[in-house]
Amino acid sequence: MSPKVSIRNVRKSFGTKAARRTVLHDVSLEIGEHQVVCLIGASGSGKSTLLRCINMLEPVDDGEIWLHGPDGAIDLAEPGLDPDPIRRRIGMVFQSYNLFPHMSVLRNITLAPTKVLGKSAPEAHATAMELLGRLGLADKAAAYPDQLSGGQQQRVAIVRALAMQPELMLLDEVTAALDPVLVGEVLNVIRDMRNDGMTMVLATHEMGFAREIADLVCFLKDGVILEAAPPAQLFSEPRHAETRDFLARVIASGRL
Amino acid sequence: MTNEEGADAVSAPSRVPGLTRREVWLRRQRRRGILIASVSTAVVLTVAVVGITSASGWPRVKQLFFNGERFKKDFPEILGYLWVDIKLFLQCIPFILIWGMTIALCRNARTPVLFPLRAFAAAYTDIFRGIPVVLTIYLIGFGVPALGLWEGEIRFLGLGGDVRSVYLWGPVALILSYSAYVAEVFRSGIEGVHESQRAGARSLGLSQRQTLHHVVLPQAARRVVPPLMNDFLSLQKDVALLSFLGIIDVFRRAQSIKDLRGNYTPYVVAAIIFLCLTVPLTRFVDWYTARHRRRTGGTVVA
Repeated sequence: MSPKVSIRNVRKSFGTKAARRTVLHDVSLEIGEHQVVCLIGASGSGKSTLLRCINMLEPVDDGEIWLHGPDGAIDLAEPGLDPDPIRRRIGMVFQSYNLFPHMSVLRNITLAPTKVLGKSAPEAHATAMELLGRLGLADKAAAYPDQLSGGQQQRVAIVRALAMQPELMLLDEVTAALDPVLVGEVLNVIRDMRNDGMTMVLATHEMGFAREIADLVCFLKDGVILEAAPPAQLFSEPRHAETRDFLARVIASGRL
Repeated sequence: MTNEEGADAVSAPSRVPGLTRREVWLRRQRRRGILIASVSTAVVLTVAVVGITSASGWPRVKQLFFNGERFKKDFPEILGYLWVDIKLFLQCIPFILIWGMTIALCRNARTPVLFPLRAFAAAYTDIFRGIPVVLTIYLIGFGVPALGLWEGEIRFLGLGGDVRSVYLWGPVALILSYSAYVAEVFRSGIEGVHESQRAGARSLGLSQRQTLHHVVLPQAARRVVPPLMNDFLSLQKDVALLSFLGIIDVFRRAQSIKDLRGNYTPYVVAAIIFLCLTVPLTRFVDWYTARHRRRTGGTVVA
């Protein structure tokens, strides 16, 4: 298996020198091509920050994040690296969708392909409509985000990211803001992406889904990956006491 | 509500065919509200009119300020100068929008190279918001032409004339002053766009400039319209301050008639003319703001 992202000894903290709060301590992780990696753990454990670091939305303090591509590998942790050419290769979907409310669904999707990749309007339009059709949203192309349900908005956000034909998708608790009955439609889309061979990193609270879809599950606590293992092993025979404790709480709350 | 009324409401629930109980109750409340409002308005107005007209100085005030004969003569004369105020107002607006936006964008500049621009923009808004508009008008309107730096004519978008003319430097003073306020409106509009919108745009690979252009500014534009219209409302009135430079407008003309006839009625005429201009504008701003709030507040999530 060839690697897609190699994270080595990444450290990240917020705040000033006087009041420093470290959110990632020495995190290392290998994400293989076509692999699905799920990050689990309590809120504030560093899952979202790790995703944001991979997309350069947060600059890391120390360590290396190698993105492997057809033209070799680039260290995203290199201070001063221009983020724009990197981000067009990496798709990101947020918990709160972050759709542009002043644009139609179609315009939300075609904006970046036309402005960033320089595609022609008809070409971007055709790609968008094809993706929308595949996700059952073709009739929503002219709608505005606030006319859609949460599940539909999140699927549009996924289409928007996919329209850039990314090599890697980062999904940050994409079902956390959704009504329970709408979670399924978004998870189905993620399943389809997996079947298409998309490399994905998900921060998620959906343990059942992580168990089903992940090749590798990482349990984070206080900015450290305490345990990383295939789901069968991590969920059935967690090695670490903290992991067992976390899973016990999740089971007690009825979410696994 | 008294006990009697309460008992009445309980014992005799009036049934109106085709209306729910609540609709019947609401209708009764509304009728009562209208009645109370009319009565109290009539009472207040009567007290005010009786109080003012019975004052010992009233006959003299009436003669000096509300002289019917003077009103009839002066109204058309002063109204003829209304276009001066409207023209100056309309001429200033495009310049204020452009210059205000420039200052706002300078203030948002983040790269170190642009630090001087940021400092300039901050100082600019501090200074021009800190000086009374009328002082700015005096300083610029009289000060700059007195420098005698150039001669000739400047004309741009209908503004201008001789480079020493108050018709050029008066509006420039208003533009400089109001741009500072408008820049702050734009800045708060830009900063009011949620951070997640920027993250969404940047994560797609859009550059900082593209994000500003396609995502931030269009959303900021919508939210700045109501406060912007408020600023323009007060600009409409402050145009009259240019008369201090000698520009003959509604206020100045009223003043000269007053000086000539020794009667203050022209001022009342001028006030009424300004109200005819600003009240419709105020109503429009309120209506637009309410509509804007309904539109942006009514997010539908199924």
